Amino acid sequence: MPDAARYTVTLAACDLAVARGGRVIVDGVNLAIEPGDAVVIRGPNGAGKTTLLRAFAGLLTPAGGEVVVSDDRQRVFCGVLNAGKPTLTVNENLRFWAALYGARVAAARAALGLEPVEHRPMRELSTGYQRRLGLARLVLSGRAIWIVDEPTAGLDAASTTAFERLLAEHRARGGAAIIATHEPLDAPGARTLELQP
Amino acid sequence: MSAFFAIIARDVALAFRAGGGALQAVSFFALTIVLFALAVGPDLALMSDIAAPVLWTSALLATLISLEQVYRPDREDGSLDVLAETSDVLALTAFAKATAHWISTGLLLTAATPILALLFNIEGPALWPLLLSLLIGAPGLSLIGSFAAALTAALPRAGLLIAIIVSPLYAPILIFGAGAASAGAAGDPQYGANLALLGASSLFAAIFSPLASAAALRFNLD
Repeated sequence: MPDAARYTVTLAACDLAVARGGRVIVDGVNLAIEPGDAVVIRGPNGAGKTTLLRAFAGLLTPAGGEVVVSDDRQRVFCGVLNAGKPTLTVNENLRFWAALYGARVAAARAALGLEPVEHRPMRELSTGYQRRLGLARLVLSGRAIWIVDEPTAGLDAASTTAFERLLAEHRARGGAAIIATHEPLDAPGARTLELQP
Repeated sequence: MSAFFAIIARDVALAFRAGGGALQAVSFFALTIVLFALAVGPDLALMSDIAAPVLWTSALLATLISLEQVYRPDREDGSLDVLAETSDVLALTAFAKATAHWISTGLLLTAATPILALLFNIEGPALWPLLLSLLIGAPGLSLIGSFAAALTAALPRAGLLIAIIVSPLYAPILIFGAGAASAGAAGDPQYGANLALLGASSLFAAIFSPLASAAALRFNLD
């Protein structure tokens, strides 16, 4: 997506229920996401944050209700795993994703400050740099709705601020985000979805 | 379409990096054949007779041990989600994964065959039916095998389970593959029929395995 363009993708969840291991753990979720929105999902361990995110991302079939997206190819999911290959270098991982999403690597690499390690295999990176590589896929994908699980786990203060700035830029372009986290996240105007255990 | 080739290129690259299965598979292939040759002894006529079954069985076993690497790492590191959310047709993605597996194992085993066949007194014109049967049949092994890998992607140490699932499905390819190689070397007129049936088995796998793999992967994303 070119810089000038604005996203216009919306996502709605109607009476959504998700199950883990055959047991319904979250139900009755109603959520409408417009361009520029951010929703932070909070709740104790085991409340179903990750499972709910996978349902929003279309990777998990809901146990009830539905998720409606105006454009099915505009969601990008970044779980706690970074989805990179340990034996490939940072650049090789980015180039592979770029081929899948039909995008370019340079902007995403710069946005997450990955240039110093671009030629190193992922397995040699610190936890923080590995997370940054995982998050780079959000920027790289060029997709409108970011669905992220614990984005700032393992990041230092400066990288957390950098992610918050990227999130703000993404929302300013009409992008939206659904983020599950335990940590404080500076996202002005974000709504909070509290999950009960 | 560039995603299709990107998946093949990445998987082939990974197979040759540390922890990849390519060199393990070809080493295992060589090892089984050498052990067989040692066990059979110096009877050259007997060796030529059993060469095709021994090489085909070894190729099948070497393929088998590398199958766990097709989908399990992708599921463990989150890549499977990325493949799923960027794939227009999941069956096409599964076809790319199977193709990459064939390049990094089946094709490699076929390439190593001329050297290893020497141990069984197979050289010159007798070698061609063996190579041709492996070229036609090994893609079928990768296609069927990657379906079993997709089914068991979520299970740790699924190697034995994969072997149990694929062994009956591999039977036609083993029978027609080894049959074609033996018949071809002996100048038997059954050669053509065996090759045609081997090709049919691989084509059948090429159609149904990606569809079945896609269904298995969707189930494993949940």
